[in-house]
This record gives sequence, structure tokens and C-alpha cells, in this order.
Amino acid sequence: MFEITGKKELAPHIKWIEVKAPHVARAAKAGQFVVLRLHDRGERIPLTLFRWDKEKGTIELVFQEVGKTTYELGTYNVGDKIRDIVGPLGMPTHVENFGTAVIVSGGVGAPIGYAVTKALKEAGNYVITIAGFRSKEFVILEDEFKKVSDELLITTDDGSYVRKGFTTDVLKELIDSGKKIDFVFTVGPVIMMKIVADITKKYGIKTYASLNPIMVDGTGMCGACRVTVGGEIKFACVDGPDFDAHQVDFDELMMRLTEYRDEEKIALEKYLKEVQ
Amino acid sequence: MPKQIRKKRIKVPEQDPEARIHNFNEVALGYTFELAIEEASRCLQCPQNFAPCIKGCPVDVNIPGFIRKILERDIKGALEIIQETNSLPGITGRVCPQEEQCEMNCVMGKLGDKINIGKLERFVADYARKQGIMSEIKMAPKNGKKVAIVGSGPAGLTAAADLVKMGYEVTIYEALHEPGGVLVYGIPEFRLPKEIVRYEVKYLQMLGVKFETNAVIGKTKTLYELLDEYDAVFLGTGAGTPKFLNLPGVNLKGIYSANEFLTRINLMKAFKFPEYDTPIKKGKRLAVIGAGNVAMDAARSALRVGYEEVYIVYRRTREFMTAREEEIAHAEEEGVKFMFLVSPTGFIGDENGHVRVLKLIMNELGEPDESGRRRPRPIPGTEFGLEVDAVVFAIGQKPNKVLYQEVPELKVTKWGTLVVDDKYRTTMKGVFAGGDAVRGEATVVLAMGDGKKAAKAIDEYIKTGEWPAKIKPQNF
Ligand SMILES: Cc1cc2nc3c(=O)[nH]c(=O)nc-3n(C[C@H](O)[C@H](O)[C@H](O)COP(=O)(O)OP(=O)(O)OC[C@H]3O[C@@H](n4cnc5c(N)ncnc54)[C@H](O)[C@@H]3O)c2cc1C
Ligand SMILES: Cc1cc2nc3c(=O)[nH]c(=O)nc-3n(C[C@H](O)[C@H](O)[C@H](O)COP(=O)(O)OP(=O)(O)OC[C@H]3O[C@@H](n4cnc5c(N)ncnc54)[C@H](O)[C@@H]3O)c2cc1C
Ligand code: FES
Repeated sequence: MFEITGKKELAPHIKWIEVKAPHVARAAKAGQFVVLRLHDRGERIPLTLFRWDKEKGTIELVFQEVGKTTYELGTYNVGDKIRDIVGPLGMPTHVENFGTAVIVSGGVGAPIGYAVTKALKEAGNYVITIAGFRSKEFVILEDEFKKVSDELLITTDDGSYVRKGFTTDVLKELIDSGKKIDFVFTVGPVIMMKIVADITKKYGIKTYASLNPIMVDGTGMCGACRVTVGGEIKFACVDGPDFDAHQVDFDELMMRLTEYRDEEKIALEKYLKEVQ
Repeated sequence: MPKQIRKKRIKVPEQDPEARIHNFNEVALGYTFELAIEEASRCLQCPQNFAPCIKGCPVDVNIPGFIRKILERDIKGALEIIQETNSLPGITGRVCPQEEQCEMNCVMGKLGDKINIGKLERFVADYARKQGIMSEIKMAPKNGKKVAIVGSGPAGLTAAADLVKMGYEVTIYEALHEPGGVLVYGIPEFRLPKEIVRYEVKYLQMLGVKFETNAVIGKTKTLYELLDEYDAVFLGTGAGTPKFLNLPGVNLKGIYSANEFLTRINLMKAFKFPEYDTPIKKGKRLAVIGAGNVAMDAARSALRVGYEEVYIVYRRTREFMTAREEEIAHAEEEGVKFMFLVSPTGFIGDENGHVRVLKLIMNELGEPDESGRRRPRPIPGTEFGLEVDAVVFAIGQKPNKVLYQEVPELKVTKWGTLVVDDKYRTTMKGVFAGGDAVRGEATVVLAMGDGKKAAKAIDEYIKTGEWPAKIKPQNF
């Protein structure tokens, strides 16, 4: 059992929690994730390690409420316990001093990409963060990103904060401005990562994407998380979650993410009815 | 003169096929006390030093010995005899391929039906569990030495049981949230109720074995860290990574590995969705590619979650199927359909990317391959499509490399299995391994046998500190 020691709502339906999980905190590296199960009837879901503290033995997670499990987790408060947390899982992101590194994130991709951004900064990169949000009220972690970025470029879909436009527009403008970019890391909605990959491919910029397929065990045992990379079948939970974005079949990933749409709807509706 | 020996086996009561495909309760109900005694009375009681059944048992259970105890109505005595060499009789009694092992050699076979050794073993275990009967446990005094076991499948559980009795402090590290390995995530409830696995785990806990679930060695802790903390390490990490055929359309929705399909159902209880949170897709027709135990389990589970028509699609012929006879018979009774001499060539999906057609080609049998089985050869121009809502791959598994991918000292074979010698020593000092991790996909009882022998070797190593300069690979 893993106790929640901190909780905050960052934006509507986006929550931050801190959990006591020393076994994960001691070994965590940027880009890795945990799989958690709330209770004996729970599903196993993956969440990326946002931050961790080896001394305190705590990990921090940021999640968006999108379905039954994340909604239910959203009701957990400080002092409540999560049944199972396993991790850190996946390969840590490969971090080195590339020169100028650009992180392109959308929505809840921002917290997912935070640890990598920080690690890239610590490795000596000139870090440019491009973070896109739906509108002003969904803008999260601005201060945190300022600390780990040399430039922070926020954009909103509706223009209600800083500027209007998609992250991919900002990336294009950045490239067009003649900025030399050595490495791009992208995380967020699959369609955004796909467009980022299309853009950087044209310019031959090395690009990694953090993929988010449906997972069950997270240890390489089931193949639910399989993705096609360079024509080969890879298991995102053990071979990834980061892959060379120019090799990833994003359309397939998008398609596979919809597999349980009907069931997810049933589960969420049932849950929301129960808690009302 | 003793009375005439019954030639026919005493039938094991079973759930009716019509009823059982709508539930996950155990199919074979097992002998009652009276039926067990009747079946036991058929045993010819071959002397222990000759009994061919014992020679067929990978863990040398004194079979005539425990059967005699049943006849004497001494179930505790029977349990003690079995547990001298087999610590998990409730499990082996259910899942061992007895027809290829002990029962294959049974002398009664010359006069009539062979003794139903498996079901007698199961009876002893079940009766004891229900009545709270336990063998006397001989525990050596604590010796202050520590052993880590990685993986809580039958190999790890067996090694742990033996080592804790020898006086070691034993900790089992398990990646999943529940201990048991394939016994909990793979083999379905209707063949091996999870209650039995839990009982065995509790028993080990009672003996003092510590379980660390949610711990992936190689991630949560490294093997090097374990070696710092413990005097020896045993790897019973199994062969858990599923294989797929990289055919066009293999990643369409509705195509699963048997591991995913079975894990969702068994470990995550998706058959109780939405009461349990993990879903499973339902549909009308499902095809399973492969014909081993795993394939039968997937097919029979599919019926139980509501698929109406389930096919086993196999590239060879019936006689080459690797599943246990009992499983094939059960699958047939339940209405699973078999298609032989066909191989998949691809999949066609609908506009939503969900599989709708499994493309197949017919085979003929050609020359024997390395395994001595005739190799299937596709017949050109015989492609056809089978309409499906789901496909399950049950074509084999390979060892999970998470633990040793960053440990160059550990040598692996070309199949990805760990190299060990006849004492289950790996190429890394202080590290032992057994079960599917060294054999590739094998059986529960072989994994247990490995765990047992490795425990002995670990004891010897910790006492003497001896380790060979070179590891002479054992062939499996
Ligand atoms: C490696 C990895 C790391 C992740 N890290 C985070 C994180 O840090 N924060 C966070 O909020 N989310 C993260 N996700 C996504 C998160 O796991 C899902 O949102 C979660 O499983 C949804 O569960 P649910 O029961 O609440 O919703 P469900 O009922 O399962 O799904 C509801 C909706 O969410 C979509 N969905 C389901 N699974 C995923 C998925 N794996 N990825 C994207 N969408 C999904 C469904 O298509 C559906 O539209 C990560 C996913 C992966 C694979
Ligand atoms: C569906 C199915 C049906 C079967 N039916 C039968 C049958 O009827 N009869 C029979 O005899 N055999 C059967 N088998 C085969 C049998 O189950 C295996 O041979 C046996 O379980 C192997 O035991 P093991 O202890 O080596 O490994 P496993 O049972 O595979 O256990 C390995 C454990 O190690 C854990 N693990 C792996 N890596 C790590 C890590 N890095 N850190 C921590 N933990 C880790 C895994 O999570 C797993 O729990 C079947 C197999 C399957 C899949
Ligand atoms: S989630 Fe099961 S193999 Fe990746």
C-alpha cells in the first residue's frame, strides 16, 4: 500500500499527487513511468514519473482525468492509499548534451515531459520548451518549466494566453527563424507528435517521441503496448516509451488507442453514476 | 486371493460442458474420499525401487507410497510422502501432463486403465487443505544467510520453500502485484483455482518467506544490488515474453497475445468487467493460432467470456498438437473447433482498424524438422479468409530480458534462455537460475524440479563458497 502525501489540482481535471514509494524513488530516472493499481478490483494504468525525492522516498505524478481509473484516483486524498505501484519502468530517456534541445509538449504531455526537460537542462543543453494548452485555464507548471528552460514558449489553442496557435506552428516558426536545433523531444497527443515528426524529418533534426499506448503489465509480458517502429514490432513498456519519432507508425498508435473506447465509456458512466 | 482388480478408472466428476462454458469454476471436480479410495485400490503397489511411475516423475514422488496411505485413510501420511519431494501437490495434481510422465509408465496399463495418479495427488492436497491438515515441517535453525529469489512462479516458490526450511532467510521479488507467475496470470481459474495458489503462497509466508511484489529486478533493483545484499540469488523469471508473427495487419485491434488475453481474464478478472475495471473485448468469433496448452486455455477462456464460435488454427495435424490430452478433450467437449494444416498469412481490418478477417493458407506436411515433426509447407493458391472478431497468438514465448539486458556477465543462449550448468549455476558467481528462464517454455513440474535442485546447489555454494572457473552448459 502506498500512501498519498500531497495533492493539488493544477487545472480542471488535471491533478498532482505525491506518493510514498521509496522503492521507485530510489531508482527513478527521467523518462520512466510507474504502473499503478488503485485497489483489488482496479485496472493497471501507467503514469510518468514527474518528480521524485530519494531522501523522502516520494514520487510525484500528474494526471488528467479521462476515464474511470484516473477519475477515481482524482478522488483520493492525502492519507489515502494506492494498492500497488510498480516501477520505475521503461528505458530512461537518453540524455546528453546535444546543443540546443527543444521539447514540444501538448496538454498533459507537459508534466510527462518535465523530467526529461530538466535532465536535458542539467546535461548542459540550451533548452527551449514549447508547451501548448487548450486555453488559459489549462496552462500548468509555468514556473516549474521556466526554471528548467532557457526559453519557454507557451501557446494556447484559443489564444486566451500568450498567443494563439498549435505547438507545431511555434516549432515551425522557430525553425524558420533560422534557429539551429540539435534535438527534439515530443510528448502529448499522438496527432501532435506525428506532425512534429513530419516537420523535423524535413529538416533532418533528430527527434524522439514518448509513446503512450495502452498497457497492462508494463514489464514486457503481454504485448498490449506494441507499436511499429521502423517496420518492427516493439513493446513500448520495455523497449520504450521513447522511440525515434521518424520511425514510428503514429497512425497505428492512434488507431490502437481506441480499442476499448466502448468499454471505457461503460466503466466511466457506471463509476460516475455510483459516486453521484 | 485378493478380489478382482478393477480395470476401469474411477471417473472423475466434472462440470457439464453446457454449463461450464458459462462460468469460470473448475471443470474437473476431483475425487471424493470414497472415490479416491476406490481408485487407490486399483494400484498394484509396485515396490518403490522398481515402480516405473516414480521414474516418470520429474520430482521423484513416491507414488505407490502415497497411494497406500490413501488406502489406509491416512491423508496426512500421504501428504507427507508427496511433500518429501513435491511442495505443491494441489498444483501439480491439476496441471502436470501425467499421461507423458508417471501415468505413461503405469504397469496397470497392461491390464486395463492406468491409475489416475494426478487426480489422486490432487485429492490428497485438496482434502488436506480443506481439513487443515499439514505435514510436519522440519525447519533447520536459522543460519543467518540470505537468499533472494526473483520470480514467484513454480521454480521460485519451490526454491524458496526448500531454502527457508534449510534455515535461510528468503525473499521473493515479483514484478506483478500477485505472486504465482503463470499459475496466476496464465493458467485459468477453471483449471487451477487461484485460491490454491494463494494457499501455497500463504504457506510459504507462514514458513517465513518474504514476498516483495511490485518489484521488477533490473528496474526497481538491479541484480548487482541483490548480490550485495544477499549471499546468493536464484532467477526464476520464466519465459514470459510473447511472440507474434510480423504479418501484415498484426497490430490491428482485436489481435492479442495469449498472455494479454489470459492476463486480462485471470489476473485482472476482466470476465467480471465492469465490476472489475479491466475490460476484455467481446465478439462472436475468435481464432487462436497455435495448439499447445496455452492455446487451449485461450480458446476455452474465450468461450467463457462469451465468444460463440472459437477456432484453434494449427499448421500441423492433430497428432502433433502439444497440449495435454485432457485439455484437448475438454476443449472439444466445450465446442472448440479445430482447423488443421493451415497457417496465417495476414489480417484484414475494417474502417476502424479492427480485425475482421484472418487470412490463412493450407499446408501439407513435408520433411521432418529438428524436432522430428514433419514440417508444414504452404500449398500455393490455397489462401482463404476466416471471418473473425478477434485473434489470439499462442505460438510461444521467450524469456523476459528486463532483468539481464544490462548484466553482460549473464550468458544467454540463442533462444534467449539463461546458460546454466548441471547445478543451475549461471555464468555469474552467486547467481542461479531454473524453470522456463533456462528451459524456454516447459512445465510446472520441471520448473519445480529445477527450483529444488537449485536450492540444494545454493546451499552447497553458500556453505563452501566454491564456484567453478568455467560453467559447462547443461542442455535442456
Ligand atoms: C508510458 C505512459 C505514461 C503515461 N503517463 C501519463 C501521465 O503522466 N499522466 C497522464 O495523465 N496520463 C499518462 N498516460 C496515459 C494514462 O495511462 C491514461 O490516461 C490512463 O490509463 C487512462 O485510464 P482511465 O481508466 O482513466 O481511462 P480509460 O477509461 O482507460 O480511457 C479513457 C480515455 O483515455 C484514453 N486512453 C486510455 N489509455 C490511454 C493511454 N495509455 N494513453 C493515452 N490515452 C489513453 C482512451 O483512449 C480514452 O479516450 C501515460 C500512458 C503511458 C503508456
Ligand atoms: C497459459 C499457460 C498454460 C500452461 N499450462 C500448463 C500446464 O497445464 N501444465 C504445465 O505443466 N505447464 C503449463 N504451462 C507452462 C508452465 O506454466 C511454465 O512452464 C511454468 O510456470 C514455469 O515456471 P517458472 O517458475 O519458471 O516461471 P513463471 O511461472 O513464468 O514465473 C516467472 C515469474 O517471474 C516474474 N518475473 C519475470 N521477470 C522478473 C523480474 N525481472 N523481476 C521480478 N519478477 C520477474 C514474472 O512476473 C513471473 O511471475 C502453461 C503456461 C501457460 C502460459
Ligand atoms: S504492457 Fe504488457 S508488454 Fe508492455
